[in-house]
Amino acid sequence: MIYADNAATTKMSDAAIEAMTACMKENYGNPSSLYGIGQKAKEALEGARDEIVKAIHAENFREIIFTSGGSEADNQAIRSAAELGRTAGKMHIVSTAFEHHAVLHTLKKLEKEGFEITLLDVHENGLVRPEEVEAAIREDTCLVTIMYANNEIGTIQPIREIGAVCRAKNVIFHTDAVQAVGHISVDVVRDNIDMLSASAHKFHGPKGCGFLYVKKGIKISSLIEGGAQERGKRAGTENVPGIVATAVALKDAVANLDKNAEITVKKRDRLIEGLKEIPHSAINGDEKMRLPGNVNFCFEGIEGESLLLLLDDKGIQASSGSACTSGSLDPSHVLLAIGRVHDVAHGSLRLTINEETTDEEVEFMIRSVKEVVEYLRSFSPIWRDLTEGKKQFIL
Amino acid sequence: MSLYSEKVMDHFRNPRNVGVIENANGIGEVGNAKCGDIMKMYLLIEDDIVKDVKFETFGCGSAIASSSMATEMIKGKPLSEVRELTNKAVAEALDGLPDYKMHCSVLAEEAIKSALEDYEKRKSE
Repeated sequence: MIYADNAATTKMSDAAIEAMTACMKENYGNPSSLYGIGQKAKEALEGARDEIVKAIHAENFREIIFTSGGSEADNQAIRSAAELGRTAGKMHIVSTAFEHHAVLHTLKKLEKEGFEITLLDVHENGLVRPEEVEAAIREDTCLVTIMYANNEIGTIQPIREIGAVCRAKNVIFHTDAVQAVGHISVDVVRDNIDMLSASAHKFHGPKGCGFLYVKKGIKISSLIEGGAQERGKRAGTENVPGIVATAVALKDAVANLDKNAEITVKKRDRLIEGLKEIPHSAINGDEKMRLPGNVNFCFEGIEGESLLLLLDDKGIQASSGSACTSGSLDPSHVLLAIGRVHDVAHGSLRLTINEETTDEEVEFMIRSVKEVVEYLRSFSPIWRDLTEGKKQFIL
Repeated sequence: MSLYSEKVMDHFRNPRNVGVIENANGIGEVGNAKCGDIMKMYLLIEDDIVKDVKFETFGCGSAIASSSMATEMIKGKPLSEVRELTNKAVAEALDGLPDYKMHCSVLAEEAIKSALEDYEKRKSE
């Protein structure tokens, strides 16, 4: 089996599993209790928080709120900034067309509540332009939220520059860094970030765990009311085993980040080079400014779900932005945002590898994708029309 | 637990009657690329019997499987029977399709109907 869907989720690291199970067995106290085992759990919790602070170069442990994952962190960050905005009479938010749905759907809701949302173009290369962020910011803008790296096409945004623009304009800047944290260098101070969302299962940690970084001085509101956990910003007994495992996984990921990225980028580039040989195909998103493990292509004349099923038969686990894989009629909003037309967007393939992917696996994936695309094209009426000149090739 | 039944996967992996009939006397194409499914049916009808049928499909696994199953269900059958084919029968023959994939069986029914119309039209010309 070749697992090439690391952007969907990653396998937990042994160290994270061990830390998690050890915590479950031996450190089961409630961190809010004042007796010994409660305080021991509290220690584990705060130790984990300190590791997160270090990993993203935050300045203070109070800047980290543990959440159930990236989606909750996104919701909380955006909701909080919107509430601050509403109080100040600022009801405008700037974001992009290719954000994760955790962001887009939250913004949609806010729109119904009276906010005005500007979604910036991400252009053909899938990159936001800082000068366009600057131009979009108005007197009444209360938040700019732009993802660090895109989950589908992997493009890495000029976050530092965008952050600088927001600082200069005195607007809160949130970034959904779910795909970036643990994979590329993230430094909340260097990158001028006010709020950042992360998810543990994207960096070999457990599912259902994540965190929100909130720069000191920004007032955050809670989504979940109840106890005083997370300094009153997130009620509910902390998921201590998950949080401990998150910290272990992130520490490892950050410690090996440069080494892993270097290895992965080489394999990614070989995979891209190999898939480019398929006629009438195109890479989605900027070829270089992308996550180390992300490869995303469109193949004209075929549909993505059938491609995935046949790759699965060959033992390759991948993903697609095809409508059929999402249960909706429209293909991926990300591919549409970079200007791919429906016909082509249906034939997309995302392979997200990591440092453990072998060279043999890369070659096998190239061969397999070539074979399957050729096979599906052999009985595709669209492909026939294209090759017979009845329709114009798009790619 | 898998997305599709064994039958669907069998017809998807080994689609029956794939291809083109050069001397087809009824051709139907339905669906559109925008929605991600196009089916093209080629019929060769002699003495009111579907002597041969072939298909080409651009689409997901269930679209390909539905095309394949539908061709099997009409091959060698008299037109009176072919006209009665419903999408439900195709889906049932595949041991069911997920709800949001039922439209694939509808496309298969429509593709055959469209090919039959083309045949009638040619005959009357």
